Amino acid sequence: MGAADGGIAVSIRDLTKRYPGAPGPAVQELSLDVAAGEVVALVGPSGCGKTTTLKMINRLIEPTSGTIQVLGRDQAALPVHELRRSIGYVIQQIGLFPHRTVAANIGVVPGLLGWPKARIAERVAELLALVGLPADAGGRYPSELSGGQQQRVGVARALAADPPILLMDEPYSAVDPLVRGRLQDDLLALQAKVGKTIVIVTHDIDEAIKLGDRVAILAQGGVLAQYDTPDELLRAPADEFVAAFLGRERSLRRLGLRRADDVRAEPAVAVAPTASVAEAVDAADAMGAAWVVVVDRSADDRPAPAPDGPPVGLLAVADLRHRSRGESGGGAVGEGLDPERRPAVVDPTWPLREVLDAVLRSGCGAALVATPSPARCVITLDALAEALR
Amino acid sequence: MVAQASRRDTLVSWGWVAEHLDDVWSRTVEHVQLTVVALALGFALSSALAALAVRHRRTFAPITWIGSILYTIPSVALFGMLIPVTGLGFWTAEIALVSYTILIFVRNIVAGIDGVPAPVVEAADAMGYTRWQRLRSVELPLALPTIVAGLRIAAVTVIGLVTVAAVVGNGGYGAFILDGLDRDFPTPIVVGAVLSVLLAAAVDAGLACAERALTPWARRRGGAR
Repeated sequence: MGAADGGIAVSIRDLTKRYPGAPGPAVQELSLDVAAGEVVALVGPSGCGKTTTLKMINRLIEPTSGTIQVLGRDQAALPVHELRRSIGYVIQQIGLFPHRTVAANIGVVPGLLGWPKARIAERVAELLALVGLPADAGGRYPSELSGGQQQRVGVARALAADPPILLMDEPYSAVDPLVRGRLQDDLLALQAKVGKTIVIVTHDIDEAIKLGDRVAILAQGGVLAQYDTPDELLRAPADEFVAAFLGRERSLRRLGLRRADDVRAEPAVAVAPTASVAEAVDAADAMGAAWVVVVDRSADDRPAPAPDGPPVGLLAVADLRHRSRGESGGGAVGEGLDPERRPAVVDPTWPLREVLDAVLRSGCGAALVATPSPARCVITLDALAEALR
Repeated sequence: MVAQASRRDTLVSWGWVAEHLDDVWSRTVEHVQLTVVALALGFALSSALAALAVRHRRTFAPITWIGSILYTIPSVALFGMLIPVTGLGFWTAEIALVSYTILIFVRNIVAGIDGVPAPVVEAADAMGYTRWQRLRSVELPLALPTIVAGLRIAAVTVIGLVTVAAVVGNGGYGAFILDGLDRDFPTPIVVGAVLSVLLAAAVDAGLACAERALTPWARRRGGAR
């Protein structure tokens, strides 16, 4: 729909903006491509020209020099109101028309485009549902809604004529952190459905990392410091400024971006607590596994060929091998298991941040991955470290 | 001590009022005509001036400056100055009346449009309104309460001034007052003054109701349902 498949939706070339009387340019020689269907976050300290850049895309601000192509067309060649009707726009203060009902607010651009009334009404109903507002909200005035609801109406209004591109200027800075988190999640869920090209301006690096497929970090005076995926930015900041802007805990932030199934999991074998240490080591060696999961069979009476049940211990084969060389061959694997150190089971969809937390809390040095198959595998601290390399 | 009930001594002679009901009606029509024409012309002229002031901000100060000078000229003096130029009559009265409305109208129209929140204007631009569409669909409706407030002040002011306009040979309630002064007879003076006040109050209330009807959104403020 609209956006050229896999193409460039917005192409910014050598964009410069000088305000009369200002000592330096607000934006300087900025070049940036936004791929169709991607969310790009423009982020930087105040005065970095991020909002100016955004507003030059729909010509709320006219550039001093440089060009912007929107869907392959030079946007300076289009009549300005036509350009703007084809680009959705959401601002921090929302800017709903207080004298119009919610439905009329959402229907503004379709109305300007001359859609028939029935089609507008249908579209409004569709959008109210899409952004998660009750159908009867359409008849209310904006002042009767909460801040979060107003922000949703703002998004619905921007999407009304199904524009391929959506510009968002600090859309969530005015709402409290709890609502902000929810609106961000909503936007991601919405984007999964509508697949727009979204350019979002924010001063909050966490928001940029959470929402952006790519993040453009701008330095003072509108100079592009780095433009990359959040993971790559955090892995290899281009310079001191970017590193300082990203802050400490870069690796921890990366853990929030990756999922458990991105990590190389190691195989593990399951044994019953009554198995001897030597048997467990043999079983592990036969599978080439470095980890043994002790599974409590007493919890279920099934005469299963492979031991099955809740895991009660997670042991490294290297440790067991050491134990087997001691007196009486180390006894049974179930002996001496600390009931406080139950292995953690993590879901493959979990972010690595949560996986790391589970590993640290369990005290086992690794976590089991929940898989439907009987084969066991674990994520170790080493594997987490490797994933961030 | 009992006051003598003579024609000269009573404030209001109800007999006179009863005899002059036809006059009351025709004076009312004249008064309303003078008022409505002045307000309509004043509003039209002021709208053009306000549009100029909004578009070219530098013109705002000179426009209000001229408006203020006109507003501060005493009405009787202004009528007096106009008589040698335009003579006695309807248009002499209108020129003076219109000149008093300009300051009120221009100030309120400009203040109303300035009062539209900046994010609302930005959103309107970003949605792709043309300048004229923005003015008609967003700025004027939101400026309406301030513009109506100006209209109410102007209406009350003009209704009062129309009584003075009788000196340049127009009718209206002022004619009663002049008549009463002429003959040293209080009844027409009281009748003229009271009717003028009643007309002003009625018009003011009517405009307030019209404003309420035209701004349904302002009544549902605050989120409480």
